[in-house]
Amino acid sequence: MTETLVMGPVLFNWRPEDWRDFHLRIADEADVDVVCVGEVVCSKRAPFFAPYLPQVIERLLAADKQVLLSTLALIINKREMGGVRDAASIDDNNIIVEANDISAAALLSGKPHAIGPYINVYNEGTLAYLAENGAASVCLPVELGLDALSALAKNSPVELEVIVFGRLPLAISARCYHARAHGLHKDGCQYICIEDPDGMEIKTLDGESFLAVNGVQVLSHSYAELSATVPDLLDLGISRLRLSPHANVDMVTVSDAYRAVARGTLGPEELQARLQAGIGNSAFCNGFVVGDIGSLYRN
Amino acid sequence: MTALELVCPAGTSAALKAAVNSGADAVYLGFRDATNARNFPGLNFSRGELEQGIAYAHDQDCKIFLAINTFPTAGNAGPWHQAMDDGAELGVDAVILADIGMLDYATRKHPDLRRHLSVQASASNPEAIRFYQDAFDVKRVVLPRVLSVAEIAALNKDISVETEVFVFGGLCVMAEGRCALSSYVTGQSPNTNGVCSPACAVNYEEDADGRMVSKLGDFTINAFEPGEAAGYPTLCKGRFIARDKASYLFEDPVSLNATSILPDLAAAGVTGLKIEGRQRGKAYIAKVVSSFRQAVDSMADGAVIETDLTQVTEGQRKTAGAYQKTWR
Repeated sequence: MTETLVMGPVLFNWRPEDWRDFHLRIADEADVDVVCVGEVVCSKRAPFFAPYLPQVIERLLAADKQVLLSTLALIINKREMGGVRDAASIDDNNIIVEANDISAAALLSGKPHAIGPYINVYNEGTLAYLAENGAASVCLPVELGLDALSALAKNSPVELEVIVFGRLPLAISARCYHARAHGLHKDGCQYICIEDPDGMEIKTLDGESFLAVNGVQVLSHSYAELSATVPDLLDLGISRLRLSPHANVDMVTVSDAYRAVARGTLGPEELQARLQAGIGNSAFCNGFVVGDIGSLYRN
Repeated sequence: MTALELVCPAGTSAALKAAVNSGADAVYLGFRDATNARNFPGLNFSRGELEQGIAYAHDQDCKIFLAINTFPTAGNAGPWHQAMDDGAELGVDAVILADIGMLDYATRKHPDLRRHLSVQASASNPEAIRFYQDAFDVKRVVLPRVLSVAEIAALNKDISVETEVFVFGGLCVMAEGRCALSSYVTGQSPNTNGVCSPACAVNYEEDADGRMVSKLGDFTINAFEPGEAAGYPTLCKGRFIARDKASYLFEDPVSLNATSILPDLAAAGVTGLKIEGRQRGKAYIAKVVSSFRQAVDSMADGAVIETDLTQVTEGQRKTAGAYQKTWR
């Protein structure tokens, strides 16, 4: 099966100009088929890059990328819901909206949309229901192993997608841990998460790298790297491979490498050698997909 | 004001009887397998035990809610469907579900069996709740512990289903049903296995300085000086280093006690008050349930609420958690 490379939404609070430049470069240089834009983690960040959104979308469309507009994972207040409602009401055939909370999927009912990895799709029953509701693609939860993926892929009514690169979203909360770590309150957070464009490192008491905090979101410290499983995913019919953007790794290099892996011209060792410098002291992980502890990397 | 309904946990037949005898309006429980979110060794109900439990509870006008609130495994939904069919057959008063596929199955196969939406579905806004109501005729939603009291009040004005909130016991810090921290470290998660930070992955080791180090899988979750009480290494209640400083970054080792804000929750329009703790013994259940029974009854009479739960809180500090906006 031919792969579809998806550049996921930027999960971190990047400087607006960096956010814009990243997407413009992806439009111009990255060999990806789909690009997600929009704020998934914290509604307070969206106004900062919003002015650049039209320019970014226009450039991505001009570069023949499919644009997915990703929406918030945790929606608590009316302002947040309003933003999702606005996205859901967009009437533009070029833009597909990605729901990351079931409320967004409900608002998108009856028109083609995408389901993001923050909506729990663990089994065929849920998959069938969401397909009936209009989902055209589903990015599956991070903790699924190949057995579950295989069962879901069998006669799947929609295109399936798996996150193959980047720190994994593990949890989301009403509480902001970036603010908490800086002795600030969420309401007066000073947007301090801007200091950590790849997340704030969390170590155990004995100094071992453990997790990464991104505002209200908790990510793995290790970077998911599923290139060794990509041939299996494609064999199963899981065609969409999501790359989650990072600032410390060149994402054009990442997309080129995964394209080569999918085409069978690059192996996992070589891919990891190319990307290791970017991720620094972080490790790779693939435990979830091989049915093991998520933080591990298994050959 | 309608009286608040007290929804109490039971992991054993003895705990169920204790809850019923102490004034529970409803008892929630699960089968002894991965179909429920408290899948701990030695806990939960066989089909026969549930049948007896239902008879005992119904005799005293107490309802039984069956939690089938994990997410069925792809390719193997059989045990979850069986749990639903058996619960319906045995006559539970409601099922508590989180998975869309399960809600769909229940709606088609057992349309007359009352459906509650589990906290694990993390429905945190009116649109999400209306989706579950419209699609699956859900009658009650257990709210995720991410909402403040003011937000709950606003939410209840926008929806027409009942809401239930946690008032006492273990406190999830992350949005429920959307957390893979446990499986990242142990391979087992609430969504798939019905466990968080499972005991089989826990180790305590003494380090060179005589400190007791608690580990979950390969990772250190906390360390305690000699004489300091060593708590259970629940991942999100551990001590970690951020910006060169060790702290309880996600949450202090506190548990939830919303006794002081019961009138606010009532005014916010909630229907059910839920006590966490299906893993707890009958003595704990009896103490907590009777305290809350007293509190709810005195509130209905317009009296001041006085409860003393210090004996059961194991020296742990208490918090009203996300119900207060300052928690964030």
